[in-house]
Amino acid sequence: MSKVRVLVGTRKGAFVLTSDGKRKQWKVAGPHFAGWEIYHIKGSPADPKRLYASQTSGWFGQQIQRSNDGGKTWEPVGNKFTYDGVTGTHQWYDGTPHPWEFKRVWHLEPSLADPDTVYAGVEDAALFRTTDGGKTWHELAGLRGHGSGSKWQPGAGGMCLHTILQDPKNPKRMFVAISAAGAFRSDDAGKTWKPINRGLRSQQIPDQDAEVGHCVHRLAMHPAHTDVLYMQKHWDVLRSDNAGESWHEVSGNLPSDFGFPIEVHPHEPRTIYVIPIKSDSEHYPPQGKLRVYRSRTGGDKWQALTKGLPQRDCYVNVLRDATSLDSLDPCGVYFGTTGGQVYASANAGDSWTPIVRDLPAVLSVEVQTLK
Amino acid sequence: MIRVVLPAHLRTLAKVNGEVNLDVGGPVTQRAVLDALEVRYPVLRGAIRDHVTKERRAFVRFFACEEDLSHELADAPLPDKVVSGAEPFMVVGALAGG
Repeated sequence: MSKVRVLVGTRKGAFVLTSDGKRKQWKVAGPHFAGWEIYHIKGSPADPKRLYASQTSGWFGQQIQRSNDGGKTWEPVGNKFTYDGVTGTHQWYDGTPHPWEFKRVWHLEPSLADPDTVYAGVEDAALFRTTDGGKTWHELAGLRGHGSGSKWQPGAGGMCLHTILQDPKNPKRMFVAISAAGAFRSDDAGKTWKPINRGLRSQQIPDQDAEVGHCVHRLAMHPAHTDVLYMQKHWDVLRSDNAGESWHEVSGNLPSDFGFPIEVHPHEPRTIYVIPIKSDSEHYPPQGKLRVYRSRTGGDKWQALTKGLPQRDCYVNVLRDATSLDSLDPCGVYFGTTGGQVYASANAGDSWTPIVRDLPAVLSVEVQTLK
Repeated sequence: MIRVVLPAHLRTLAKVNGEVNLDVGGPVTQRAVLDALEVRYPVLRGAIRDHVTKERRAFVRFFACEEDLSHELADAPLPDKVVSGAEPFMVVGALAGG
């Protein structure tokens, strides 16, 4: 019988939630790394027992933890993230050049094929890779070395590389996204990169056709349709049908086109999910109603999913790495909130129930579907 | 024998209970003590001072003999009572919110 394992990173530790394929009864294990910020935990698609976690602290810096037994035990591995070559500068908030400074790992993306190979997206924005299970990390410097690097500027949340997508149909193709630089694509396994932001419109920058400067919050892609990309931007939900060469808005009837996560249904490539948030400074659900929106048409037409979610007095946020889907049928959808709830749907979003209600603020949610 | 007191999170990382005792060859300085500490517990590399510059992390302090030694030069001799083992060298996480 299938099982699911939900990996939850919070402001004060990590939690591992497990259930069988029915997804009704849940076991909660943790906190692991109590008191540390866990920005992200993710399992290897090639070896589901191999997990990686980004453990970070304002006091004691960055640790990377690795588990070889599905999260029961952990060991620290390498934590040295040194920018390659001349560090260089990006733009600071006042427009002056500012040297790149490593702060933390936001996102860990294990290779589709090799459990020892993992990509790490970091703040200040750069892409690193390990090929020895996390012992050593090396920058893929072609991204930061792209001619626009000196023009990148942090958003209010920091200049972070938060999204890494690998194309399962073309191992040389990858996508990343950076706040507030934009989206980038590599067609040579990460050696060189090009910005893919044509069609994005951002009121926060003066030149709407600028190749960088857009505050992309998240990218998503279905593994069988890898030329189709979905984007939740600071404002606007967008789709590209040509691997990012151009984008068009598909916000449609959303009550707010601001938000952080965007995800694709595992079996329906045109079915996508977002969680609208009120902004520019509130960052809670519009009208205090926590609603997931699902589109079965690749955007534009959206349906509110509310059954089981609070529809009054709800003022939490859902962060960019805090939504994930399992691959059972019907698929499960999971998201965590800054109020410490992890909500789950075992029917593709039609109805919801909280797995846990009172965790620390949730930073990330990843689900593994286990045979 | 140099006695080192670590904050709770670093004791957890290093898998130690209580004080750490270190043999430090040559002059006993902050740098020498931290070098010896990181050789014994490689997981602490980067957690107390920067991997490359060896600068103290902003929210870490060094105390000994009721003095804050955080701003002393890394190669300055530590107090005699630390060298003799009468007093510990303390690595402290600064008070901060959150």
